Amino acid sequence: MDFTYDDEQNALRDAVRGLLTKAYGDFEQRRQTTKADPGFSEKTWTQMAEMGLLGLPFSEDDGGVGAGPVEIAIVCQELGRVVAPEPYVTAVVLAGGLVQACGSAEQRSELLGSLASAERLLAFAHDEPGSRWAPTASAVTATDDGGSWSLSGTKEPVVQGARAETLVVSARLPDGGTGLFVVDGEAATRSAYPTYDGGRVAKVVLDATPATPLGEPGRDLTDSIATILDLGRIMVGNQAIGAMEVALAQTTSYLKSRKQFGVPLSTFQALTFRAADMYVSLELATSLVQWATMVVESGDAVAVRDAAARAGLQVSRAGRHVGQEAIQLHGGIGMTAEYAVGSYMSVLTMLEHLLGDGSHHLGGLAERVTDHEDLDPLAIA
Amino acid sequence: MQLALSAEDQKFREEMRTFFTTEVSEDIRRAVIEGRELSKEQIVESQQTLNKAGLAVPHWPTEWGGQDWSDLQRHIWNEEMQRAGVPTPLAFNASMIGPVIAQFGSQEIKERFLPKTANLDIWWSQGFSEPDAGSDLASLRTTAVKDGDDWVVNGQKTWTTLGQHGDWIFTLVRTDPDVKKQAGISMLLIDMTSPGLTVRPIELIDGGHEVNEVWFEDVRVPADNMVGELNSGWTIAKFLLGNERVGVAPVGTTKRVLARAKSLAGERASEPLLAARIAELENDLLALELTALRVVAHSADGEPHPASSVLKLRGTELQQAVSELMVDLAGPASIASGAGADSALEEWTHHTTPTYLNLRKASIYGGSNEIQRQIIARTILGL
Repeated sequence: MDFTYDDEQNALRDAVRGLLTKAYGDFEQRRQTTKADPGFSEKTWTQMAEMGLLGLPFSEDDGGVGAGPVEIAIVCQELGRVVAPEPYVTAVVLAGGLVQACGSAEQRSELLGSLASAERLLAFAHDEPGSRWAPTASAVTATDDGGSWSLSGTKEPVVQGARAETLVVSARLPDGGTGLFVVDGEAATRSAYPTYDGGRVAKVVLDATPATPLGEPGRDLTDSIATILDLGRIMVGNQAIGAMEVALAQTTSYLKSRKQFGVPLSTFQALTFRAADMYVSLELATSLVQWATMVVESGDAVAVRDAAARAGLQVSRAGRHVGQEAIQLHGGIGMTAEYAVGSYMSVLTMLEHLLGDGSHHLGGLAERVTDHEDLDPLAIA
Repeated sequence: MQLALSAEDQKFREEMRTFFTTEVSEDIRRAVIEGRELSKEQIVESQQTLNKAGLAVPHWPTEWGGQDWSDLQRHIWNEEMQRAGVPTPLAFNASMIGPVIAQFGSQEIKERFLPKTANLDIWWSQGFSEPDAGSDLASLRTTAVKDGDDWVVNGQKTWTTLGQHGDWIFTLVRTDPDVKKQAGISMLLIDMTSPGLTVRPIELIDGGHEVNEVWFEDVRVPADNMVGELNSGWTIAKFLLGNERVGVAPVGTTKRVLARAKSLAGERASEPLLAARIAELENDLLALELTALRVVAHSADGEPHPASSVLKLRGTELQQAVSELMVDLAGPASIASGAGADSALEEWTHHTTPTYLNLRKASIYGGSNEIQRQIIARTILGL
């Protein structure tokens, strides 16, 4: 039982922090970057590739680095700290992760190598109108015409769906179940629009669009999607932890510097106690997210599902609490787009709704509440 | 980052679990698990069983009965003890005055008190709070005036938990009224059979008699019963309260009660509202337990990690929330607190509301949760 990073992990964190501080250390840089399409910095994305971050989870044979969940988590925390708009979780952890888990050797080497080098952006086209974070697809259907596959239906919202060269699309299979397909971005009809957090999403319309099955054609990949979504939830949790840390730091710093009635706001206990409660929420969420990250290393899909839901629930509670209070304790300035803290709440809100909100996770945990007598984090090997 | 316990710690955990579930009286453990009040004799018996095996005061210096354990092993010891329903060693002895004497006492005082304190041959009471000195402890007004070789003590202490069983009381007294309030305090060890010392019960909202007032009227205390230097009592008190905060989050106990609640709820535990309430509590407890493990892993040289305030704050909130769940599970039967052996209601239901009411104390003692927020705001956040 050890919650500390080793020397290499500390070095990775310092390197990522260095890169991202250069890119977004001044909040105005993020603001300018998100104003123009594609909503993130191609330059920063390329620098992340050069540092090996975009290939972190993939095996060396596929052009990756073969790092573990702790290293990916470190990158996500740092992205969260500066609310970086780069689509790391959706492109690398989700879309790339699915290619790694389900793709043929040829697909892995073609798609992951170019993803890792920033030559190709992947997007995971999974959400559909009316869907709520299920690992299945229903509105987009796949048709097999003598070994030649095509997809029809609409995916939305797809993070960076218009910018991505290649889409990994989930679709209902002719014989039931959900399969995954590789679709050339240009082959789909895509309309992009900005989101409240500075991101870009797209509506992706498929109409008998040619598609290549990821891996063996016709296989139900629901379990693989579920497992990758769980990994994504834990990594999004890490991103949220990073964002919360900075939102709290901004708040305490503001309480010390801002004067009203001739004294700093930090002289008012009504405010400092609320900051203390934010710290409590953050610490508890951090513990669960770090633990969940370590559970991923165990490789047990059932344990990871449980850990992802637990981290997701705690991060939901903490993210709302810290985000809302950060703005309230700042007062009016926290409402402005020019000032950073409001964007932290926006990003925390987006992160929570990307892969499953608190109620979604609590629902799953409640259904399974009688499966065990108690929870024993030390029993997991 | 490593999730699993080392083989050594895993073995340690199994040894603890085996000892607690086989060597400590089954009757006592069942009373704890079922929420019944323990007698003084049961508390003493349990601690003496632990002490014989070297498990009553593992956090003391080894020469006085402590164990050379890691912080993680101490944590495991504490959690397994609570999980098994073993009463934790009397806090006044094991966590409060024992470590203080070991740290600040003279060799004579150590030899005189520490072995008996570990074995609960002496039952200690705590003489800190006063009617006008609660969270603002340094405002205390009980005085000690030197008269020959004795200190003469006058004043009143309050909230003295289980003072009715007390043999000795460690007492903060004002020895210099003319300096800054923190600088004029000393700690005296006072025999509770001394003439002029009176213990009066305070009845609480749960109907029980757990706390007392202790009055001092010209109580004579030999000068060598002072712990540490004259007027160094505030330093000692801060040391003691710092220790009190560590391990004050009863994670193991709260987990055990929640598991029991789930089992008592039976099929109702699957009803959506109740299931969600239990699931959320389980998650919060898991987060707390993991935070305790992080604090354990990062505390250096026995200094409490500042985040230990989080444990006290959240640990007591969850302890209270689970006691509230028990009342709600009992439903109308929760009203029947006075029911006797011939009651048609299930026995566990009788205890739910008194326990719920009693545990309101948890967010007040050990440095109230507002004090913990202040510590977090000041020490951690720099506000």
